[in-house]
Amino acid sequence: MVLEARAITVAYGDHPIIEALNLEIPKEKITVFIGKNGCGKSTLLSAFARLLKPKAGSVVLNGKDIAKMPTKKVARDLSLLPQAPVAPEGLTVLQLVRQGRYPYQNWLNQWSTDDERAVRHALRVTNLEDLADRPVDSLSGGQRQRAWIAMVLAQETDILLLDEPTTYLDLSHQVEILDLLFALNRAEKRTIAMVLHDINLACRYADHIVAVHNGRIYAQGAPEEIINEQLMRDVFKIEAKIINDPLFGTPMCIPHGRGRNLIKQRQQEQFENRQPTNPVAVKNR
Amino acid sequence: MSEVAGVLKNPVAKGIGLFLCATLVIICMYLSVWLGITNVDWRDILHAYTHFSGTNIEIIVRETRVPRALIAAAVGASLAISGALMQGLTRNPLASPGILGINAGAGFFIVIALSFLHISSMSALAWIAFLGAALTSVIVYGLGAFGTERLTPVKLTLAGASMAAFFSSLTQGVLTADQQSLDAVIYWLVGSVQGRSFTLLLHVLPYFVIGWIGALLIAAKMNTLALGDAVATGVGQNPLIVKMAAGLIVILLAGSSVAIAGPIGFIGIIVPHMSKWFVGQDYRWLIPYSALLGAILLLLADISARFVMMPQEVPVGIMTAVIGTPFFITIARKGGWR
Amino acid sequence: MAGKYISLRYGRFSQLIDKKVVRVNIVLIFLFLIVAIISLGLGDYVIHPFDALKAVFGMGDAMQNLVVRNFRMPRIVLAALAGMALAISGAILQGLVRNPLASPDIIGVTDGAALATVGFLALFNTSDNAMTVSIEWLPLASFLGALGVAWLVHALAKKGYSTVRLVLIGTGIAALAKALTQFLMVTGPIYLASRANIWITGSVNGAKWNQDILLLVWFVFFFTVSLWLARRLNAHELGEGVAAGIGVALRGDRTLLIIAATALAGGAVAFSGGIGFVGLMAPHMARRLVGSGHGALLPTSALFGGIIVMISDLAGRMLFLPLEIPAGVFTSAIGAPYFIYLLYKSRGGK
Repeated sequence: MVLEARAITVAYGDHPIIEALNLEIPKEKITVFIGKNGCGKSTLLSAFARLLKPKAGSVVLNGKDIAKMPTKKVARDLSLLPQAPVAPEGLTVLQLVRQGRYPYQNWLNQWSTDDERAVRHALRVTNLEDLADRPVDSLSGGQRQRAWIAMVLAQETDILLLDEPTTYLDLSHQVEILDLLFALNRAEKRTIAMVLHDINLACRYADHIVAVHNGRIYAQGAPEEIINEQLMRDVFKIEAKIINDPLFGTPMCIPHGRGRNLIKQRQQEQFENRQPTNPVAVKNR
Repeated sequence: MSEVAGVLKNPVAKGIGLFLCATLVIICMYLSVWLGITNVDWRDILHAYTHFSGTNIEIIVRETRVPRALIAAAVGASLAISGALMQGLTRNPLASPGILGINAGAGFFIVIALSFLHISSMSALAWIAFLGAALTSVIVYGLGAFGTERLTPVKLTLAGASMAAFFSSLTQGVLTADQQSLDAVIYWLVGSVQGRSFTLLLHVLPYFVIGWIGALLIAAKMNTLALGDAVATGVGQNPLIVKMAAGLIVILLAGSSVAIAGPIGFIGIIVPHMSKWFVGQDYRWLIPYSALLGAILLLLADISARFVMMPQEVPVGIMTAVIGTPFFITIARKGGWR
Repeated sequence: MAGKYISLRYGRFSQLIDKKVVRVNIVLIFLFLIVAIISLGLGDYVIHPFDALKAVFGMGDAMQNLVVRNFRMPRIVLAALAGMALAISGAILQGLVRNPLASPDIIGVTDGAALATVGFLALFNTSDNAMTVSIEWLPLASFLGALGVAWLVHALAKKGYSTVRLVLIGTGIAALAKALTQFLMVTGPIYLASRANIWITGSVNGAKWNQDILLLVWFVFFFTVSLWLARRLNAHELGEGVAAGIGVALRGDRTLLIIAATALAGGAVAFSGGIGFVGLMAPHMARRLVGSGHGALLPTSALFGGIIVMISDLAGRMLFLPLEIPAGVFTSAIGAPYFIYLLYKSRGGK
């Protein structure tokens, strides 16, 4: 399964967000889109997921234009988890995950052995078997997001698109969700493309990073190759130092700016020990 | 509430605008006295008050036309002010006494008073209308304004629409049981400023005046409240007290309006938006502008109501609904609803 | 999954059935029948429920047969059908709009029908209170009114589709329709006003068998359509992004669902007037018992809706004898407090 954008232009009304963009999502890899708010990365993901129809160009799945394929057929190859989805009140985890089987079902055939197997598998992988009958809105943030991912998994697609799957989650749940997606990618060879806000986590999990700036691709490639101080300056408008993550060795971004500068402070304390205290300087700090 | 600044930027321009609006109110009032099935000359008007001699035309001027113009102006101003306050309180651009069911609540109470309790004294009816307005407000907008978490505009609109449906259904229930009342109140129920005497206005005038002055006094505090409860508390305001006061003013103004003219809708929605277009979000200007524009709009609606189906008159409440709905829908379509 | 569910599979047919849904619906059907039978027996001429049941099959004495079969049954059947139709319409709209507070009354469908009805009465009424056109056409007029408003709201809300916008525009159009209705009542003769007033409030008084049969056919057809759409409605309720992601055709489905909801509400309103709040309450009660899957929710809501309207009609007949209060007054009297309760409950939520 190969998903690629061929010279797509996407616009809201008359205002183009993305213009003539080409991009191929690498097969069986984890791809992460990064960029500032409003740079067009979510729009790009929506275009890939056929939520937005390009004004020009086409999104192509295995050589076929997805705009011309039946939407149910696309849904068997390509699944999407939008940003911060909300489940209706009282919907149970099992009911939610069953929805992922929609593209395989019809009115008569709503619980085939295939459906059952896929749903069970999705619940097992996401470790939700014990919570299957609980309403989704009664779960914790991390569990809830796992339930949504289980729904997407039940869809049994080769390609998974996720728009900020870690928003509103605390750090431990962010890692939990990304670990889950990483495991899925490595164990089941699923192609994953997602938008993430945290550069450091993006560098840690992504095989391929696409940096989007002003509706264009600023750079793409392995994190180690493309994440550098110039990129941070151009794409995120921030001065930053890039070091190696002490645990994973992946690029890690330390932004400049202010802070309790312990290193400078130590130097200054050494300096002040030799000089009488300047009251004006203290006041201004 | 997208545009914060209005088209009038500096205080001088705003002041001049206000003066022009006031002039327009006077012109509209003159038109309202002048035009109708019988057109009244300015000389007749002058005569009616200086050398009253009891001619037909003078009686029309003194007994119908002038009270009618004054009532339309007062009711229009009051509904517009209460709409502006409600939109600020609930942070809902579609809030107004009509949409949020406050008019319907006051209306139901009045129908009960008329048909079961046989009350017909205007001052008693005003208090009954306050009671109805207060009850509905506490239920509907209390939900939105006094909770720790605000209701979204949709929920609030739905709550109001449901309350309106509830009260009008009960009103209709009462009326099916009591055919005589139906005859008496149906015209009133639609909202009209026709055929109200000057003494009626005098009965509710004190409440109107208290409401108007209160609204002007609270305007600066509304500006702070517009930034949210947390910010308001942060700068040393007690949001609850401001909300209670604003709520009270809304009840006074909407309640008296309904008591005198019946439930007239849409003025409370349209006018604050027009005023915002002129002067932006500043309540110190917004309140007086809303008052004057509200008066103008209701006067104009009332005048046109005389001509749409000559010689029959259309109740002005229907005119405002016909003018107001496209406006309401435009706002509803424009908003970036989620 | 065992224990709580039954998996049914036969050839290409397969279903997962929640045992709880089955239990709940069996209990509700019993309740439905009991209310219907009690209602048959009560009125200014009281009949023992057992005799009433016999009279349904024409086995009571002549008087009982006449009262039950000619007067009470048509009315109760109409109440039940109208309640069921409104409930399903509400359940569909709530799912579609993804807002548990939506209902046909709020979208303006009811008011549109009311406007058309009063317009019909005003247009074809002569001064001596006779009709120039057969009154049989009235339901058609009110249905067209409902459909017209639904179409208008849908068309106005279509640009950059947002369900919130749909609801807000519905409220606006409803207010306009209400004002125009009142205009007709004010300008028209007074007997028109009182006649229209009863209808607007919603009453099943004076129902006839031929009306029942017409509504029954209408109801069965659109109920089947809604059940067929239930699966897609489930998908819609997850949000546009998710629904599109799992392969739902958004635009076409939405139109179909709106047509089904309007047709059901319009049909009910055409025969029984604007019985308010049923479309709001019934789906909520059902959701508490069977959750939010529409395959189960639609039939369960229908049963609740039928029960609510039958009880309201009974209360309207019995409580203020000899006066008759329209059923709609009672549904509103229960419905509004219920609505407030829902709002309070949902306040902490999203």
